[in-house]
Amino acid sequence: MEGAEIGGDATRVAVLGAGPGGYPAAFFAAERGLEVTLVDKAEQPGGVCLYEGCIPSKALLHAARLIRDADSAGEMGISFGEPQIDLDALRAWKDDVVGKLTGGLGLLRRQRNVSYRRGFGRIRSPNTLNVESGGEVTEVEFDALVVATGSSPAAPEALRLDSERVMDSTAALELPEIPAKLLVIGGGYIGLELGTVYAALGSEVSVVEMLPQLLPGVDRDLVRVLNRRLERDFRSIELGASVLDLQEVEEGVAATIRSADGAERCDTFDRVLIAVGRKPNSTGFGLRRRTNARIDDRGFIETDAQCRTGEPSVFAVGDVAGEPMLAHKATHEAKVAIEAICGEPSAFEPLALPAVIFTDPEVAWCGLSPGEAAALDIDAVTASFPWPALGRARAVGRVDGLTKLVIERATERVLGIQAVGAGAADLVGEGALAIELGARASDLADTIHAHPTLSESLMEAAEVFFGRSAHFIGRRGER
Amino acid sequence: MNDAQTDAPELTEFLLPDLGEDIEEADVLQVLVKVGDVVVLEQPILEIETEKATLDLPSSVAGEITAIHVGVGDVIRPGDRIITVTSGVAPVPAPTPAPPEVAETEAEPESEPPPAEAPAEPAPVDEAAPEPPAPEEPAPEEPEQEQPAATSPPPPPLIEGEPDLRPVFASPSVRRLAREIGVDIRQVSGTGPGGRISDADVKRAAREAPRAGPGAQVPRIGPVELPDFAEFGPVERMPLSRLRRTIKRNMALSWHEVPHVTLEHEADITELEEVRLQFRSRAEDAGGKLTVTAVMLKIVASALKAHPQVNSSLDAETDELILKGYIHVGVAVDTPRGLVVPVIRDVGDKNIIQLSVELNDISERARNGDLTLEDFRGSSFTVTNLGGLGTSHFTPIIHHPNTAILGIGRAQRRPEWSDTHETWIPRTIMPLSFTFDHRVIDGADGARFMTWMTDAIRQPLVLALEG
Repeated sequence: MEGAEIGGDATRVAVLGAGPGGYPAAFFAAERGLEVTLVDKAEQPGGVCLYEGCIPSKALLHAARLIRDADSAGEMGISFGEPQIDLDALRAWKDDVVGKLTGGLGLLRRQRNVSYRRGFGRIRSPNTLNVESGGEVTEVEFDALVVATGSSPAAPEALRLDSERVMDSTAALELPEIPAKLLVIGGGYIGLELGTVYAALGSEVSVVEMLPQLLPGVDRDLVRVLNRRLERDFRSIELGASVLDLQEVEEGVAATIRSADGAERCDTFDRVLIAVGRKPNSTGFGLRRRTNARIDDRGFIETDAQCRTGEPSVFAVGDVAGEPMLAHKATHEAKVAIEAICGEPSAFEPLALPAVIFTDPEVAWCGLSPGEAAALDIDAVTASFPWPALGRARAVGRVDGLTKLVIERATERVLGIQAVGAGAADLVGEGALAIELGARASDLADTIHAHPTLSESLMEAAEVFFGRSAHFIGRRGER
Repeated sequence: MNDAQTDAPELTEFLLPDLGEDIEEADVLQVLVKVGDVVVLEQPILEIETEKATLDLPSSVAGEITAIHVGVGDVIRPGDRIITVTSGVAPVPAPTPAPPEVAETEAEPESEPPPAEAPAEPAPVDEAAPEPPAPEEPAPEEPEQEQPAATSPPPPPLIEGEPDLRPVFASPSVRRLAREIGVDIRQVSGTGPGGRISDADVKRAAREAPRAGPGAQVPRIGPVELPDFAEFGPVERMPLSRLRRTIKRNMALSWHEVPHVTLEHEADITELEEVRLQFRSRAEDAGGKLTVTAVMLKIVASALKAHPQVNSSLDAETDELILKGYIHVGVAVDTPRGLVVPVIRDVGDKNIIQLSVELNDISERARNGDLTLEDFRGSSFTVTNLGGLGTSHFTPIIHHPNTAILGIGRAQRRPEWSDTHETWIPRTIMPLSFTFDHRVIDGADGARFMTWMTDAIRQPLVLALEG
């Protein structure tokens, strides 16, 4: 290849996109003494995750949780009355959360001497890119480029409507108003999380999902528990149904919906949220034309275990490099890519890639599901511990939960965990560590877990595997 | 094995038995029988060359050969069909040589084989209803009977060519180590609970990798690119024999793993030579040859007894020194095929005449290619004598996993100043080159070992006193 050799001290690294794949890549490279240029169109690093994804949605979900908890405090004899929601103040609070984090990243960037070019980066050659900003074009030369351009909300052609009442996730997070009736198209995690926010704020939320299950691909046992709660919080959940058409009408947006039985009807909503998925941002910046990187038919940049593309000087990480589109996956890949650039034998090969859906209750898992284990010809058994038997869950009045372990029968090693429940998100940390370290069921069972905490459910599920849980008579025959 | 036992004529197949010692394949050098021959038990039918030795393969079947399934140059593996015989006599069950030892750390030792199930044909329980044996029902309560995890069979292999996506049983730091030292983590067998792979397992795999298979190289120094020699003149490429490949691997392994130090000492063997020549005929009567090496074997054994750390192996993984309670000395023998190192056992327990007989026998068998695999096992020290070829001092390479090797050079008559006689007197001086593993033995201790030995050579009484 041309230019300086990758891996030497003088390696110049350019990073395109400053989200949770890009900014860590820039920071890791800078920590190794490489010369780094980070390119993004936003004022500060952060990307979708901080500006219009993980962080603002979690801030709003936290607010939603407060509203719900205050509401359910009535069971404990405490009442706060109807919540008064100042939408501008809530939005400002959320923006402040985002601003503090992105501002912090800006500071960290300067401290690491990462050069930041605000603008649109366009690849010119395998060793140069142009940054366009306000009609001005500057050139950045690099020996290695990390493409971390992320993804954008997908919008099916049929549902495109130039109306502010039809929102994607980015627009919905801006909290333009609290619509009386909100239609959420797509029962994936984005639709359900934002639906949860708006439902708590007072909207009547209707969800339409094309597939026969909410959260397609997620373990059914977990979805079942979530479903029960959502059926209460949402006005309706329609599965196997699709939205055929959207029309702006005087009272809002008219949606033509075909339900599972084929019947079509028209409903009017104040707003519509389209959350049918995200598409990788892999085109429009010269990658395909100016380099040998390859893009697959779903739009993802093809990479190897070291995040290398078909072009030796170009690496790709994060959403643009393949599923799952998760911030922490992007960050880990960034680490792998920089190590690879530095010539180290790094590899992206997680045993447990945690995933969390911040609905209420939360759904969380990592490692193999029972189905995935079976598909790999692994003889695995599932041990489940239901939260009604868990002291902590009882004490906070949230027994709608379940913790499952997938355990290889022969070795008794833990291959996967799945959990649903209020606070389930915090169980995957221990679960991921257990899986990555190759813990066996007895390791979990024999580790003392603090009482009363949700983490006891992992220990108890491991005990269920051995048919000796203290608080739950499991089906011993499951072994 | 030879269970193709049907009606007459009874056809019996002879399959290549397990050759032990992790030997996976062998080359057929010669077929010693032909179709129509009548073979008897133990009759050699093939000459084969393994990594370790050339040997005659004895038949474990008897009868008239109806088919020979291999030819010269074939590579055969345990379980391959070799010949088919027909016989009137009931075929003798092939006495498969039991694998010499359980392959190390294959799996955790099985605590106990599960008790044998009830006899195959159950005695009728109820004389009224002698039912055919009912299909065994899965026992409803079998928690104790369940297979212990460690002995359960490995998961079925995935389809060839597809990447194995099953989760590796190793932590991220262990996986990283494997990548860093170039070990395929999927090829590593774990010794941890349930088969978990530890960093020690990865390091062991790295050390054992050279022995993994024919093409496998010892430590990675990166491929050495050779120039195109044909540019400079005519060349010919000659494939290495299996033995030569083994030597190549073992030497490189030892050279890479072990920090070698060689000490050069000289031993005055004037008196020893006199004794040796004097008793030479006695050894000959016994069928041996009283060579310098034979005598040195005895002295080495005594020296090893007095310096047990020289008779050891280092377990670098566990940081333990394995001291041997036996003295088996490998003797390097130059054969037409190349260097081989057969072993003479319990050298310390034998007298010099016995050793001379055994040494003579083993050298002869080595030269004739008649050694068995057993002859190569278990050496704890090595002696190599290049004196016969005129070498004086040299730097022998340790026969891994031994800790040391003694090289014997050609003795010379030299004048030596005698203070007692105040004159030059002729002495016979033999150069000794002692190479040891510096991880195990300090230079001073190595020198002490050699001084002890040269003293013993000069004053054989030391042997009786301390040896």
